[in-house]
Amino acid sequence: MIDNNILGPVFIHLFTGILQLIAWRKTVTQRFISGIGSFLGVLIAIRLFTKVNSDGILTLNAANWDAPFGIVFVADLLSSTLVLITSIAAFAVSLFSSTGISRQRMLYGYFPIFHFLVMGLNGAFLTGDIFNLYVWFEVIIISSFVLMTLGGRKTQLEGAVKYMALNILASTFFLTGVGILYGITGSLNMADLSEKIKMVNNQFLVGITSAFFLLGFGIKSAVFPLYYWLPSSYHTPPSAVAATFGGLLTKVGIYAMLRVFSLIFIPDDFTKQLLMVLAVLTIFTGSMGALIKLNIRRLFSYLIVCHIGFMIGGIGMFTKVALIGTLFYLFHDILVKTNMFLIAGLIRQMRGTMDLKSLGGLYAQYPKISLLIVLVLFSLVGIPPLSGFWPKVFLIKDAYAHGEYAYIFALILGSFVTLFVIARMWSEAFWKNVPEGNELEDKFEPMPLARKILLVLPIGILALVTIYIGLNANFVITLADNIADQLIDTKPYIEAVLKQKQN
Amino acid sequence: MKSPILLTASKYLLPILLLFSFFLLLRGHYYPGGGFVGGLVASIAFVLHSFAFGTEATMKILKRKPLSLIPTGLAISALSVTIPILFGLPPMTGLWLEEPIPFIGHDRIIPLL
Amino acid sequence: MEFFLVILIGLFYGAGVYLILRRSMVKLLLGIMFLGTGANILIFLLGGIVKGKPPVIDETAKMFQDIYADPIPQSLILTAIVISFALTAFAIVLLKRFYALANTDDLDDLNTPEEEDI
Repeated sequence: MIDNNILGPVFIHLFTGILQLIAWRKTVTQRFISGIGSFLGVLIAIRLFTKVNSDGILTLNAANWDAPFGIVFVADLLSSTLVLITSIAAFAVSLFSSTGISRQRMLYGYFPIFHFLVMGLNGAFLTGDIFNLYVWFEVIIISSFVLMTLGGRKTQLEGAVKYMALNILASTFFLTGVGILYGITGSLNMADLSEKIKMVNNQFLVGITSAFFLLGFGIKSAVFPLYYWLPSSYHTPPSAVAATFGGLLTKVGIYAMLRVFSLIFIPDDFTKQLLMVLAVLTIFTGSMGALIKLNIRRLFSYLIVCHIGFMIGGIGMFTKVALIGTLFYLFHDILVKTNMFLIAGLIRQMRGTMDLKSLGGLYAQYPKISLLIVLVLFSLVGIPPLSGFWPKVFLIKDAYAHGEYAYIFALILGSFVTLFVIARMWSEAFWKNVPEGNELEDKFEPMPLARKILLVLPIGILALVTIYIGLNANFVITLADNIADQLIDTKPYIEAVLKQKQN
Repeated sequence: MKSPILLTASKYLLPILLLFSFFLLLRGHYYPGGGFVGGLVASIAFVLHSFAFGTEATMKILKRKPLSLIPTGLAISALSVTIPILFGLPPMTGLWLEEPIPFIGHDRIIPLL
Repeated sequence: MEFFLVILIGLFYGAGVYLILRRSMVKLLLGIMFLGTGANILIFLLGGIVKGKPPVIDETAKMFQDIYADPIPQSLILTAIVISFALTAFAIVLLKRFYALANTDDLDDLNTPEEEDI
């Protein structure tokens, strides 16, 4: 079904960004525009989601060129759900950054770039054209470079150099893959590709091409041998920026993998096995890294890597149950990881440091906020009935059915390490008394109430959504079930995109 | 290094290049040319001028800061993308899309056909 | 023609990978640019090379009379060039800033120990 409004989530952030560019250097105005814009973004995303849920897959032919010749934008259940969750996370980050980002960074244009980044994310989720996906990826990484370097401290630039080099490399691999794909099929439309790729005689070449995509997306989503840039760069920018990155950027890689491997390169046994091995190693190295880190944000960075492995494993099994688990985990992970970095930022405001050794006494001083935070931590660990628990059930069940015992072991190990790390963080930062001889730099206590609310409210919103997902798991599982159906049986997607050819 | 040839040439090249960029813009992109190339030529005119006379002199000719030109250009391109929606057409209908990338090509104009 | 382009692509990719593996940041940047150029030529080659037949329809005709060069790879390359131009500009500024701050061009010096974090 054609709907000309599915690009709304993209345009709202584009216009928000432009308005903020006009209000350059007026930071108060920018904060208001950002809050309003992201709130409208959430509303539009909800509308898109309900519409896709009731009407089925919606498409848009840009510039009225028929598919497969023009660029097509497709909103199926997966994209619209991800757009919704991204919009919610972006709304929370936008509120948080109105106090969490220093005025200096806002003067250099933090807000417009942030909105261009969210625009890029939404665009990447909605596009149905492989080259357009590349372009949105570039929009995302250019914006993220700017966000990462804003402020320009030495450690930050250091992280940015690594981040930049690896991400440009990933894009080059992606571009090479797109080039070869166009060369062997003569199409760029993903639905069209999915039909044409089967007719290619040289299936070996198709396998090579899929390796390029795996490499490109693997770097982006921080899979085992390619993840080293992530823990060495995500701890450097301000927390609000790290929240956007940690919550959303790696997940775009996972989304792209889901999309490309379900539509174009249906994974064969070798790819599946490769993905499983990668998943196990990713979980293993990520959790080992998380064990030894004492800086909260470095620790979270390794947890991101560890949990990426869970999702890769689900993609590797590529059965319906595993995909349900992966999708559920993806939704949960975006919300919780964004929230974790926001919490790290809040702790930094309260104590002036993120080192677990010098933290302490948070529970005694802020019991209510700590209780809010503990909900999020529990959800990350996966205590039933919170949202982190359900997807793991699906993943373990399916891995058991397929005899992937190494993956089950890694999954359980990853969960235990997460539990251990979070428990240690809780006891060190919240329960322990403030270590002797540390002068506290509490910027949170003297803040006016409005600013305090702006710091805590986003964490509350995200926690609420997480709890909602956890308690209302039935709804999410049904949704993930439908999405998994769409991923495994891509006929409706292809028909929705290409059916206009007849009339 | 100040080269008299460059100094003299860029003085005359600036108006000619601007005129040429306008010509390219109006020629449209059914022929070689169009808004993108026109914008490039126009920006090259100013870049050349700034090579010859220094950035400050060029800023004086520009009268407006590049930072105020970015949102204007972006707004024009974004509007040209979204206006077709008001007529019930898909976005970008009847126009040529170039991905708007902030911070480069600040005076890129994307015309409605 | 195709044969020389294939060799050229190989050279670009090889030089790119070699330069990325060096320790100098400027060489890293050059390597990334080489890889990007190699990818662009690869798209150009895989789109099929047709000499001297631009995809422009004659004024007298209503459709293509002859084989013509595929415009899609060209537009892809144009977009990719613009993007890589932006990325390269940003990367140069970033490396310049980093050099001013850290006074080093060596990638092995990118290891500020954890204690210096905030």
